[in-house]
Amino acid sequence: MKLITTIIKPFKLDDVKAALKDAGVQGITVTEVQGFGRQAGHTEVYRGTEYTIDFVPKVKLEVLADDADADRIIGVIVETARTGKIGDGKVWVTDAGHIVRIRTGELDSDAI
Amino acid sequence: MDTGDAAWVMVSAALVLFMTPGLALFYGGMDRTKNVLNMLMMNFWCLLIVPVVWVVVGYSLSGQNPADFDNKFLGSLDFIGLKGMGIGGEDGGALLITMVFLGMFAVITPALISGAVADRMKFSAWAIFVPVWLLLVFVPVFKWVYGGWLGSRGSQDFAGGTAIHVNAGIAALAMVLVIGKRKGWPQEGHPPHNMPMVMLGTGILWFGWFGFNAGSALGASGTAIQAFLNTFVAAAAAGLAWAVTEKLRDGHFTNLGAASGIVAGLVAITPGAGFVSGMSPLYIGLIAGVVCCFAVGLKTKFGYDDALDVVGVHMVGGLVGSLLIGFFSSPDYFGTENKAGLFEGGGLGLLGEQALANGATLIYSFVVTTLIALALKHTIGIRVDDETEQNGLDLAEHAETAYHGTN
Repeated sequence: MKLITTIIKPFKLDDVKAALKDAGVQGITVTEVQGFGRQAGHTEVYRGTEYTIDFVPKVKLEVLADDADADRIIGVIVETARTGKIGDGKVWVTDAGHIVRIRTGELDSDAI
Repeated sequence: MDTGDAAWVMVSAALVLFMTPGLALFYGGMDRTKNVLNMLMMNFWCLLIVPVVWVVVGYSLSGQNPADFDNKFLGSLDFIGLKGMGIGGEDGGALLITMVFLGMFAVITPALISGAVADRMKFSAWAIFVPVWLLLVFVPVFKWVYGGWLGSRGSQDFAGGTAIHVNAGIAALAMVLVIGKRKGWPQEGHPPHNMPMVMLGTGILWFGWFGFNAGSALGASGTAIQAFLNTFVAAAAAGLAWAVTEKLRDGHFTNLGAASGIVAGLVAITPGAGFVSGMSPLYIGLIAGVVCCFAVGLKTKFGYDDALDVVGVHMVGGLVGSLLIGFFSSPDYFGTENKAGLFEGGGLGLLGEQALANGATLIYSFVVTTLIALALKHTIGIRVDDETEQNGLDLAEHAETAYHGTN
């Protein structure tokens, strides 16, 4: 099993969610996060004074998938979340060693 | 007292009361999440302590009872606890409602100073500062301007440009010079945490300011109508001027620029609200908007940490408005007891009196406020410790949190 983690632009969340549902994904976890990458932050001006806001708001999405489905799901995310402009985010994959569905006690692939 | 006059002064007093919560939101929104409740409480403290001090002794010392009109520097102790004042006499309570109306001004004047000392003043020091400053600075200056030596010489201040805004603004400067800079300022930014709160506070201030200015006619008269109109026009003109100045200088029309301009215009029209007419309020507003927009930059240039720009908006705006009376005052319209400004057929006389009145206020308020601040600093302490400043004053000083994440 794989844990697919992705950071995307917040306005792309609805599109990515819909695309993942269409691709058969049954559940995702979403967190509002902030950070910086190559896009860096931005400046705001209050009463003539510039303030540098270092961290940009982003959305973090986590999806559990079977090994066989992982590449397809990553493809869906990359295709849907891409704008071509700086700050589109990243996707990375880690091994999920063991999964348990809390309600039923089902294990691993059955718990996805 | 005429029933219409009585009704208008009562409504105006309530409008002015509403300004202090409005100011609290205006300042609170500009403050940070961890200090917003401390800012609100500094303002609400004025609503708790000042009315009490005012009826017990402040009003009597302010010399606004006709029996004290001959005094030129301070009132008397004859009206402590409102002695002898009631609704039974010939005036039908006119003195009482005037006392309440003036008490509202006494509430908001020290509250104005809170914006300068934001994020770092011990609340216990603020709690003592407010009544002490009220009696040692606000009350005497109020007397000098209204019926005292400055007013008698011929300076004019319709609703408190000198007595309130210049007075509080220079006191704010004195306070921040003693209390010092916020940690990290100016290298680290402290941007506003809630701009919608600032805009709501601005709206409340503008609304309440109709009572502040038009109510200062102390009756439902033509002068009140002119002051009402001037309050309407000058605030809009100053907001427009500030917003456009920022657009040209920095590239955007900003909410905070609009809000700051509106408040600067309200401050600037306060001293002349009942003395100017025609397009004069428009000019006063436009000038104040541009001047104050640049004046808020002085703190970084000179290195005094006036956190929320009390000096740049209230002291500078008050001075601009008060000095402009020397140009725009039109006695033909409001009665010959007032002097004419330079543009209305008068000479330089009125401008000179305005300069003197503001100069005396600046010096007295700065010196006495500095002494009060130093006395607090060397007794109970005036500044919170580093840890409290870092973690925020809300939790340490009030055991409250403005925004809980979940639950």
